[in-house]
Amino acid sequence: MKFLSLLFWLICAAYEFGVINRAYGHGFAGARFFPATLSTDDPFVADEFSLPTVSSIVTPDDGGTRDTEVSSDIALRITPKWDIEFGETFITLNPSRGRAVNGFDNLSVGSKYEFFENDEHEAVLSVGLDVDVGGTGSNQVGADSFSTWTPAVFFGKGLGDLPQGLSLVRPVAITGLVGVGLPSSASTDGSPNPAVLRLGFAFEYSLIYLQEQVRDIGLRAPFDRMIPLVEVSLSDPLDRGQSGLVTGTVNPGVIWSGKYFQVGAEAVIPINSRTGNDVGFIAQLHFYLDDLFPHSLGRPLFGGNK
Amino acid sequence: MKRIIFVFFLIIVAGPARLEAHAFLKDAIPSVGSTVQTSPNEVRIRFTENVEPAFSSIQVFNASGKEVDKRDVRLDRTDHALLRVSLPSLEAGIYKVVWRVVSVDTHVTSGNFTFQVAR
Repeated sequence: MKFLSLLFWLICAAYEFGVINRAYGHGFAGARFFPATLSTDDPFVADEFSLPTVSSIVTPDDGGTRDTEVSSDIALRITPKWDIEFGETFITLNPSRGRAVNGFDNLSVGSKYEFFENDEHEAVLSVGLDVDVGGTGSNQVGADSFSTWTPAVFFGKGLGDLPQGLSLVRPVAITGLVGVGLPSSASTDGSPNPAVLRLGFAFEYSLIYLQEQVRDIGLRAPFDRMIPLVEVSLSDPLDRGQSGLVTGTVNPGVIWSGKYFQVGAEAVIPINSRTGNDVGFIAQLHFYLDDLFPHSLGRPLFGGNK
Repeated sequence: MKRIIFVFFLIIVAGPARLEAHAFLKDAIPSVGSTVQTSPNEVRIRFTENVEPAFSSIQVFNASGKEVDKRDVRLDRTDHALLRVSLPSLEAGIYKVVWRVVSVDTHVTSGNFTFQVAR
């Protein structure tokens, strides 16, 4: 552990006092700032760190089980358009009958590449691959013994290019992803492991954009830095007798974005009883490493200029 | 691990005094999306961070897309987050302000807004 601490500080020192490079780590496309969304991954390659993300919802398992999760994610850019991402989640399952269990979920390792950006039209496209590494978590909390590979396409689009006559719609932006979770094993102990179509969307209305680009309506702190949004997250099994058993949530909430971090909170509303029985919540504290450490952790490892 | 997390939080709490961040528009004169009764002498935009004047710009365009500002963008002498550009006497109409700034930690941000001169 001492070695890890030393390594951490050596990396910070080496970069923080190194050469200044111009780099862009936030979710920007032209004049549009996109916040990091809570429930669905956004399309941006960035230096960012979430700690913690806390969520809780009652699932139908075992007649009703409260699933509370505390997770952390970090993304670091290798180049201005390519990053690597790591995530870990601590899960507590508290069934209505029986004792609670807890443990870590499988380690998540991912990477994303942003291959298209149009500043004028506030548009961005990227591709990514996420791997939940089987066997790295606790089977007490249902961590899979097999790995799941999820290639995905991500998109983001701001409506700032609409005509001036539609000015109050211009703060709207949409981000989303379409991916397929591919298990490395067809079944576990007789239970099928289907491929799963994963869809995620975030519909945002940026008060930041409204104030800065459209009309100063006199909002003051903290409201002038808020982005109300609704996220939709869906999972649709595709095969092995599970097709059509869709689960998902609709999550209305708000994100407040400051200089160095953002905080967000959303209600988690299950779309059906297969997903959950009551309204849960998710909340997140998210740090912008590119602003906190612009010359070290907050810049790409290679090719600092965009 | 706990020590690393603790120190990280300490940096975040104690660090901002020496850190800079992305420069967002804080306020502008004429204000974003406003209508003014007479031609303003200049456009002033205050940002949330100090900006580098050599790499920062404000341009003002009329409805036909012609740049009408006096191309003398400058930083305010006392407020290094305030960028200004002079204007000639403007006719009635809608004008578009396009800005692009580099904050002192080299982050780039850009944006645009309109204002209207009533007469």
